[in-house]
Amino acid sequence: MGKSRTIAKDLTVKRLGKISEIFPVRAECTMKFSRNAAISPQNTRTGKTHTLVKPIMAATLVEKIFSRRCGHPVRAGEVIMAPVDAAMIHDITGPLAVQKFREMGGKKVFDPGKIVLLFDHQIPADSLPAAENHVFLRKFAIEQQIENLDIKEGICHQVVMERGRTAPGEIIVGADSHTCMYGAAGAFSTGIGSTDMGFVLKFGALYFRVPETIRLDITGNFPTRVGAKDLILAIAGKIGADGATYQALEFAGETMQKMDMPGRMTCCNMAVEMGAKVGIVPPDTVTWEYLKARRKGVTPFPLESDRDATFSARHQIDVSTLSPKVATPHNVDQVVDVGKVAGTHIDQVFIGSCTNGRYEDLAEAAEVLGNRKFHDDVRVLVIPASRAEYLKALRAGIIEQFVAAGALVESPCCGPCMGGAFGLLAPGEVSLSTSNRNFKGRQGSSESFVYLCSPATAAASALRGEITDPREV
Amino acid sequence: MRTWKFGDNIDTDAIVPGRYLTIYDPATLASHAFEGTRDEYAKQVKEGDIIVAGRNFGCGSSREHAPLALSGAGVRFIIARSFARIFYRNAISVGLLPLVCPDADKIPDGSELVVQMNEGYVVSGGKRYAIEPVPGFLQEIVNAGGLVEYARRLEEVKTCTGSRS
Repeated sequence: MGKSRTIAKDLTVKRLGKISEIFPVRAECTMKFSRNAAISPQNTRTGKTHTLVKPIMAATLVEKIFSRRCGHPVRAGEVIMAPVDAAMIHDITGPLAVQKFREMGGKKVFDPGKIVLLFDHQIPADSLPAAENHVFLRKFAIEQQIENLDIKEGICHQVVMERGRTAPGEIIVGADSHTCMYGAAGAFSTGIGSTDMGFVLKFGALYFRVPETIRLDITGNFPTRVGAKDLILAIAGKIGADGATYQALEFAGETMQKMDMPGRMTCCNMAVEMGAKVGIVPPDTVTWEYLKARRKGVTPFPLESDRDATFSARHQIDVSTLSPKVATPHNVDQVVDVGKVAGTHIDQVFIGSCTNGRYEDLAEAAEVLGNRKFHDDVRVLVIPASRAEYLKALRAGIIEQFVAAGALVESPCCGPCMGGAFGLLAPGEVSLSTSNRNFKGRQGSSESFVYLCSPATAAASALRGEITDPREV
Repeated sequence: MRTWKFGDNIDTDAIVPGRYLTIYDPATLASHAFEGTRDEYAKQVKEGDIIVAGRNFGCGSSREHAPLALSGAGVRFIIARSFARIFYRNAISVGLLPLVCPDADKIPDGSELVVQMNEGYVVSGGKRYAIEPVPGFLQEIVNAGGLVEYARRLEEVKTCTGSRS
């Protein structure tokens, strides 16, 4: 928050009424308010076209998404009740959201087809309370006729992406902080709490403060064994753990255009580690091709920030000189070059999570591993992000490679990153993890230590039993 | 009505560890608040006590267990230099008021503190510290006693309405 703001009390004076009236607006209100173009509405009574006196200012990508969904230009700083295109709940935050929905007087959810429900944090049920939570949500799904993906598909964010439940220009919420990842598909998506989700389940809308945007222009080619995770860790180190609070992080530039979807997801996933509402990449051919295979009737349309849009900050990052990065305990922004912590003893390596559990991540780790064995003193946990990614890795022989090397391969779920299900650390133990958070106690004891890194660095370190530069093995 | 002082970047795992996320009862969650971070807190916290912190309080997870673990012990105010976004919203949703105070770092631990909401400051140790007003729309939710109460009064919402913040 930071600055004091004044909001007019009357929030209902502006256009459009019921939710049912707003949805048809979507198609028409595309990009008419782009750079310096004044809207020229036609007076329906006189038939005359008249130009508004005040020209419409250039807009950011995120401002355009809110404007598009609301049918009129909205700017950063406005608080707006916006319709939601999809809402995701899982086994940890879902039960409370349902409870709040009911406390709010909710009887029927706004649209069962727009709700993604699955379990990924405590699966298969690791305790009786977890099992009871699962049963509670299963009953809710049946009662409300919501498709329940249950424990079968994998980590929520990966599943939303791979099933095409998010698309450019949409507004999506999820009761999980890493919902900010769907900006990789050009959507505005953000994590919310359970009570906010209860509100969404009832009304299909939520109030948002339209965020300012920090624009990151990424250039250059990645050196060998350096990639998206090293980039986002470098950015976290630069911007800081609260450097993007209440703002959008827009990843643009030639490097992003060349980056595949899994890499973009890794970057957007960690936007919240800088306090951002969303990490977003302007949709391009890569985005639309990804989506075409996953959703029927997708028609590409242009959606990007205007050149002269107002950004709260701009940073240029050249990746061609980037080294593998490691975030050290206990903050995500305590980032160093791998060389600074090389030789640090590790007890456990976790390759997986919504940040780095995709096929490409596992393949990179496997490439570093080769046909060698992991170090005897290290426990290696490999957890694919979803059933689909698991199958790809399985068919490519990568899973066999990990198992032969001594890893435990677990079924798709959040794994140790959840900090309660399994794979926990004892006091004094050290984990090297491809996940997104290294908070004190995140993976078990509050006296344990978590370092974050890329899949390549994780694999190299698991070979040696200590933090290792992946370019050295 | 004492203050409990914390530093910068207090994350939601510190407020309530992941192993307690199957619990939703505020009082039970409160018994695990700051476990492993400040163990005496849960044993000694009293109704009306106030959390004081530095920058980025509540960063990390969207778990509403975190504000519930604080409100479950009767805490009504958190005073910090800044808040993480999701926590800020969640706190207001459950009726816990996060107040931005640029000088929160100067408020001592264990001190008596009185919140003068309407006057825009808090008083501790005879000193006044300015607090920023809660944004207007959120104030309506606060006045309603939380988002549940606010939502109960609504038949439906008017989308795409709003105002400058």
